[in-house]
Amino acid sequence: MEIYDAGSYDVAVVGGGHAGCEAAFASARLGSSTIMFAINLDTVANLPCNPCIGGTAKGHLVREIDALGGEMGKVADATFIQSRVLNKGKGPAVYSLRVQSDRRAYQQEMKHRLEKCENLDIKQAEITHIEFNEDNSVKSVITNIGARYSVKAVIIATGTFLKGKVIVGDVAYSSGPDGVFPADSLSDCLKEKGLPLMRFKTGTPARINANTVDFSKMEVQTGDEEITPFSFETEKLGENKVNCYLTYTNAETHKIILDNLHRSPLYSGKIEGIGPRYCPSIEDKVVRFKDKERHQIFVEPMGLTTDEMYIQGFSTSLPEDVQIKMIHSLPGLENAKMMRTAYAIEYDCVDATALKATLEFKDYPGLYGAGQFNGTSGYEEAAAQGLVAGINAARKISGKSDFTLDRSQCYIGTLIDDITVKGTNEPYRMMTSRSEYRLLLRQDNADLRLTPLGYEIGLISEERYNRFLEKKRLIEEEIDRVEHTNIGPSEETNNLLSSLGSTPLKTGVKLSELIKRPELDYEVLCPIDKNRPELDKYIKEQVHIQIKYDGYIKKQIEQVEKFKKLEDKLIPEGIDYQSIKGLRLEARQKLDKIRPVSIGQASRISGVSPADIGVLLISIQ
Amino acid sequence: MNFDSTIAAISTPLGTGGIAIVRMSGDKSIEIADKLFRGKKSLLDVKSHTIHYGNIVSLDGAVIDEVMVSVMRAPNTYTKEDVVEINCHGSVYGARRVLEELIKSGASLAEGGEFTKRAFLNGRIDLTKVEAVIDIINSKTSSAHTLGVNQLGGVLSHKINEIRENLLSLTSHLQALLDFPEEGLEPFGEDEYYDILKNTEKNISQLIETSDKGRIIRDGIETVICGKPNVGKSSLLNLLSGTDRAIVTEIEGTTRDSIEEYVYMDDVALKVIDTAGIRETGDTVEKIGVEKSKKLIEGASLVIFILDALTPPDENDILIGDLVSDKKTIVLINKSEKDINPDTKKFSEKFENVIEFSVKEEKGVRELGDKIKELFELGELESDNTEAIINMRHKEALFKAQKAVMGAIETLDMGMSPDMTFIDVENAISHLGEITGLTVSEEIVDGIFHKFCVGK
Repeated sequence: MEIYDAGSYDVAVVGGGHAGCEAAFASARLGSSTIMFAINLDTVANLPCNPCIGGTAKGHLVREIDALGGEMGKVADATFIQSRVLNKGKGPAVYSLRVQSDRRAYQQEMKHRLEKCENLDIKQAEITHIEFNEDNSVKSVITNIGARYSVKAVIIATGTFLKGKVIVGDVAYSSGPDGVFPADSLSDCLKEKGLPLMRFKTGTPARINANTVDFSKMEVQTGDEEITPFSFETEKLGENKVNCYLTYTNAETHKIILDNLHRSPLYSGKIEGIGPRYCPSIEDKVVRFKDKERHQIFVEPMGLTTDEMYIQGFSTSLPEDVQIKMIHSLPGLENAKMMRTAYAIEYDCVDATALKATLEFKDYPGLYGAGQFNGTSGYEEAAAQGLVAGINAARKISGKSDFTLDRSQCYIGTLIDDITVKGTNEPYRMMTSRSEYRLLLRQDNADLRLTPLGYEIGLISEERYNRFLEKKRLIEEEIDRVEHTNIGPSEETNNLLSSLGSTPLKTGVKLSELIKRPELDYEVLCPIDKNRPELDKYIKEQVHIQIKYDGYIKKQIEQVEKFKKLEDKLIPEGIDYQSIKGLRLEARQKLDKIRPVSIGQASRISGVSPADIGVLLISIQ
Repeated sequence: MNFDSTIAAISTPLGTGGIAIVRMSGDKSIEIADKLFRGKKSLLDVKSHTIHYGNIVSLDGAVIDEVMVSVMRAPNTYTKEDVVEINCHGSVYGARRVLEELIKSGASLAEGGEFTKRAFLNGRIDLTKVEAVIDIINSKTSSAHTLGVNQLGGVLSHKINEIRENLLSLTSHLQALLDFPEEGLEPFGEDEYYDILKNTEKNISQLIETSDKGRIIRDGIETVICGKPNVGKSSLLNLLSGTDRAIVTEIEGTTRDSIEEYVYMDDVALKVIDTAGIRETGDTVEKIGVEKSKKLIEGASLVIFILDALTPPDENDILIGDLVSDKKTIVLINKSEKDINPDTKKFSEKFENVIEFSVKEEKGVRELGDKIKELFELGELESDNTEAIINMRHKEALFKAQKAVMGAIETLDMGMSPDMTFIDVENAISHLGEITGLTVSEEIVDGIFHKFCVGK
């Protein structure tokens, strides 16, 4: 094949999924000329599994992406068809926004925004090779039809495309997700270069035609009355347009599965990739939880211009004939027509411990990884990494410092720290339980935590930043006012307290003390708070949470301070672990492999003991 | 690894008599010492590098030891941090109690070599000593670790694990519900959660109270010395309490006829019960009657049963022999500097632990000490106080876990939702895990996937 010189860019993004899109936007907006490649431009920002954005911990990620100037939240706000806040009855740390998206609308919206973005070209092509300079820095990328682009940085965001293999029962064939071509060449090139590749597996359930479903046999699940946007910039919001439905598996479903287990590639050993525990197939659930009489199945619309429905909870790699029988055993789906078959997909990804917190490869300057390629799972996880990789690629090219986020700042930082320091041996999904600082890292305060950073980087506009500062000022002033407002034991006060089931006052107290009572909140005390200013909903929520949970927030801040001390103890870059006497062999090997930047990071590597840390501390003194 | 913490340890070898020094270093050392010190002045107000006389009291106000306290403010100290040294009155028991109170009040038990390590990290020691410091850290922590795992042994470790597992499974359930709210998982019983937390707190506090070795160090082994008249009970007591390395204190009991006396053998404290009876009449069984003797023996952890080498066993011996049959018993054949009566010899063979003893010639004292350690699985008590560290470390972890669980209970008492307890509950799990070296968050995540059916 003749290779021709197709021009040069600062940054090439390989892949147009959620990681690729955010990476391309960030890099282009920060001034780097950027080109994003996708094997098929009609599947840019595709939602090949759940037609939904957000959910527990993932909703947090979307908000953090937004506060840093990413795109996902805005597109989700523009294209959602049902919106709900999960965990509403629990503490504010675990509220999580989740929307059903119109899959096509989401894709088109994102693609259109990419097209309009300055400094950015998007191109339909498969990247088959990455070429390197002698010092291992990236030099160029080559497409399947022989175009060579000279670049300063490459962000690999290949999702499940690398040597993608779809498996249904005993049938297996080479394919990317949703019937798109796989990328069969690039992993060989990467492997040859010495990148540590692994093989992971994921899967997606079947889709059915809504016209063949009897919804009267299912429970209806509606959206929230009051809709919360993802983006702190979204002012005008749409409304709920669809319902989701809930049905359950039963003894018959389970019998069909168990009778056909021998035909499952998972059980016959045909699948070698490692699948995620949080996303088990229905056969896995039935086998592992034998006592459970039924499992929930959600039936969710894929969009407004289609009657295709997604069957959540019914992921499987059993053969098609078994799948059809399984679906027909579900109440309401007795006559359902299957439009797309459920499948498992195997793909190549990289051991993310080869990456720095900037998502740049430690050994290949200018080469970055993001998304499923880094061993994660989920659109939101991918987008978060794309954003960080895009920002760093652009900053490096313009000679700016690394942009990294730590565990105490955000879920994005936690995710990146987890995969690059601890590593993962299954597709990594974000969960609130993965964050030790989750009371601080709430979705409601993502903008307070990260907007200043987004502004500093240059992805948040002056105008948005000023609005943010104003909001912040109002919150602080109101908290200060509430903390200094005395409430006396007047008749009016005590009547209100009694009516709310709260003990009447004998002496005066601060308003903030009353808010801390479990049965009270900021809102209900309005009648006795005479000088309360008019404030918007968001500000009131912040005031309430920050006062109500003050004690716990302080506890966490203390933990963060301790954490920071160790994070700030940096390990010199060229440290020779082999020469440090006193380190145990296992610790020496692990440290040598992962090369942590700080003592804090080193202490999170499994196999590195507190004694090793002591030795390390002394050696770097 | 935490530079913020204020660390404390006994810095003189144990069991060697004289003065025992408990040393503390870190920002909070003066504050912590002041909380427990009762003297003329508050330690917060005294000048640097001065020494003060007073008492150390426990958090509930009881006097623990009469002490001299040196206050040395940073930076002109060994570690370049604030340092407080408490000179205790030499008893192992007293120094340990003081250390324990410091830990309860917020100090952390220093790891092996930690004072030196801090001195180094704060720029006090030069590089030539680095390797020595590394060696200390390595040897101390590794031996402490082995000892921790091996010696913790049996019941205590089993119980700690059980408590920890309980909390972990609760947290996993709570977390599974929060991370997977739509999976139709079994709801979380808040009342049940509360009860389990309460129970956990109780269990931890009981562990602290009754953990065998912990109690031995704090309270001594409850010991009854018995035998027929004139067999040598009081002489034995005098012998044990009169040795150089032992210290005897008298503590008034609640009733007149139950007086306790402490006797120290090496590192082990024996709390000898009802020594009044022995001292006054030299005859336990006769004076206080069979019923009372039975009761005393029942309440004891250890019985030292003295036989007379010269005379054959009488009805007293037979009676006592029956009473002690299911107790940890050590039989001393006293006066064995002379030939042992064959009937006595034969009678003694019924017992597992028999020592030929002589109060007069001080024969068998060492064997007695070794036997006690063997019976209570105390292992070798080394002079570098490893044993104390192990025990104290476990205890420190237990104290911290208890405090964390109490915090969680308080959160629920305030009407907060259970997920707000996670900081405290995870802290508790991690403190308990310090004993076995396990990390929290991974396990919770594993627990979620292991126990709950979640996924899309």
